[in-house]
Amino acid sequence: MTRYIVKRTFYALVVVWAVATLVFFMLRAVPGDPFQAMLADVDPEAAVALRHKLGLDRPTYIQYLLWFGRLFQGDMGNSIYGSNQAVSQIIREAFPRTIALASLAFIASLVLAISAGIISAVKKHSLLDHIFTLAAFLGLSMPDFWMGILLIIVFAVRLHWLPAIGYVPLSKGFWPWFSHLLMPAIAAGTPFSAIIARMTRSAMLEVLKTDYIKVARAKGLQERTVIFVHALKNALIPVVTVMGIAFALLMSGTVIVENVFAIQGLGRVLIQGILNRDYPVVQGAILVVSVIFVFTNLLVDILYTVIDPRIRYE
Amino acid sequence: MARAVDIVTGVEPKDAAEAMLIAPRRRRPWLRYLWRDKKALIGLIVLVVMAVAAVFASYVAPYDPNDQAFEFLSPPSGAHLLGTDDLGRDLLSRIIYGARVSLSVGVITVSLAMVVGVLMGLLAGFYGGWIDNLIMRYIDLQWAFPNFIIAVYLVAVFGTGLANVIVAIALAFLDDFARVMRGMVLSIREEEYVMAARAVGVSNVGILLRHVLPNATAPIIVQATVSVSYAILAEASLSFLGLGVKPSTPTWGLILSDARTFISRAWWLGVFPGLAIMITVLSINFLGDALRDMFDVREYQEVQR
Repeated sequence: MTRYIVKRTFYALVVVWAVATLVFFMLRAVPGDPFQAMLADVDPEAAVALRHKLGLDRPTYIQYLLWFGRLFQGDMGNSIYGSNQAVSQIIREAFPRTIALASLAFIASLVLAISAGIISAVKKHSLLDHIFTLAAFLGLSMPDFWMGILLIIVFAVRLHWLPAIGYVPLSKGFWPWFSHLLMPAIAAGTPFSAIIARMTRSAMLEVLKTDYIKVARAKGLQERTVIFVHALKNALIPVVTVMGIAFALLMSGTVIVENVFAIQGLGRVLIQGILNRDYPVVQGAILVVSVIFVFTNLLVDILYTVIDPRIRYE
Repeated sequence: MARAVDIVTGVEPKDAAEAMLIAPRRRRPWLRYLWRDKKALIGLIVLVVMAVAAVFASYVAPYDPNDQAFEFLSPPSGAHLLGTDDLGRDLLSRIIYGARVSLSVGVITVSLAMVVGVLMGLLAGFYGGWIDNLIMRYIDLQWAFPNFIIAVYLVAVFGTGLANVIVAIALAFLDDFARVMRGMVLSIREEEYVMAARAVGVSNVGILLRHVLPNATAPIIVQATVSVSYAILAEASLSFLGLGVKPSTPTWGLILSDARTFISRAWWLGVFPGLAIMITVLSINFLGDALRDMFDVREYQEVQR
């Protein structure tokens, strides 16, 4: 088990390194750098001077080694846009927002999806089951950003229940924080909920057919105990197998949804970096986003071995 | 007499003689199959209607998508069925023209991804060795991230714009095809008919083209169908984020992006373009499910977006 974790962690680091390296070299291989776009026509000399100042006129491999070396000191360079803020600073501010949004989305949709899945399985072919099935189908087919827009129209514009956009840190109080994050969390978690709910339903139906459930019922256990203790525990194993894919969807949803709700998280930093052709910001954001993806995936795989003792990795 | 059934009902002929009796009577089973699966039928009809509307947009759309009437942000009415936007442009017409970009980008990107991915999978699976190693290492790298995120990374590298978005989505989706194809090749390679073909001296290329490829068609078609719906979602998302087409071109993602400023006054701008995306994706998913059942393809990857 330890060997497996060490091996997988090493592999995860390799993946992150490979992505960061590929992006670094490809960014420089594609013709036209930001200064060409910004300055070349207006003031070619200033462009040359600026490129020199930022080291962009050096050979690419030297730039790469410098970038990599500084990375270990926590230095990701400075944004070439606006106030030239340090990329590490931008990311340090954005990171907790993305984590808060993703965690809330994860918890909310997990609770919602598993409840819906259980109800669907226990009350198979009931009205609720049909409603949940339809909702799951729609949830997988609608873009998350549109879900965000619909939520804003209903809950912010029409009902005035929740603020439409923005972010308030948790230190300013729970409700302001929560009310700003609730709609983005639902929007980002929609495809995740859809997958988990469908999987929970089918896994529960499988488990409820087994003999040990019949035994549990036969010995007179309360139905509630049968469902939540005996059935659910086993039904969750297949659910964890799709967790990796579902969570990846939730994270890419977070990247998009931050842009709908104007939350200055990693997704928004990345997209704005791309739009501004702000290389250092793009590199930094891609690095951190990749780390999140690769390591949550790793976590899911490890979790899988923990909850299902039948699985053994060498 | 012979029952005209095969893949449709799953009933197998009793012996070779009966199989021969059935064979000539197999007429377009997929059409009958589709007729029975109402969801897939509805999906197909919706898609055909959309495709026709997209191709003949200039006849179908009530207005020019960039014509500005002097009715800004007017709600749905007889004159403008889905209302107008902030510049007085007819929303329905913009959605119909938007179908052109969304549908064609979906089909073009997946076709590119399919051709390249299938080729990579064929090479990797058939030749093995270092070719397999090299290709699979790259595929594994992409596999670690959702397709959409790969597409965002690639747009970050290539720059924004429709052409770059198409290339980015195509590259982001090719790993799914390479994986499916490689898996098929590895299993087909061991089949007796491949050995027989090799024994009578058919070349590698001949075996690949005449024996391996035709047998791998079904899972590839299923994968392609599923991919188109995710590619359409990816394009819409990238356009929404401002990474795609230029502002004047109507696409569903971009209309929604523009709508953000006005949704407090004009809900229709935020609702209908998204509805168009959802209906399209839903229809393709229905069709994909039916194809999967029909070809009896086990689910490789249910969700890859």
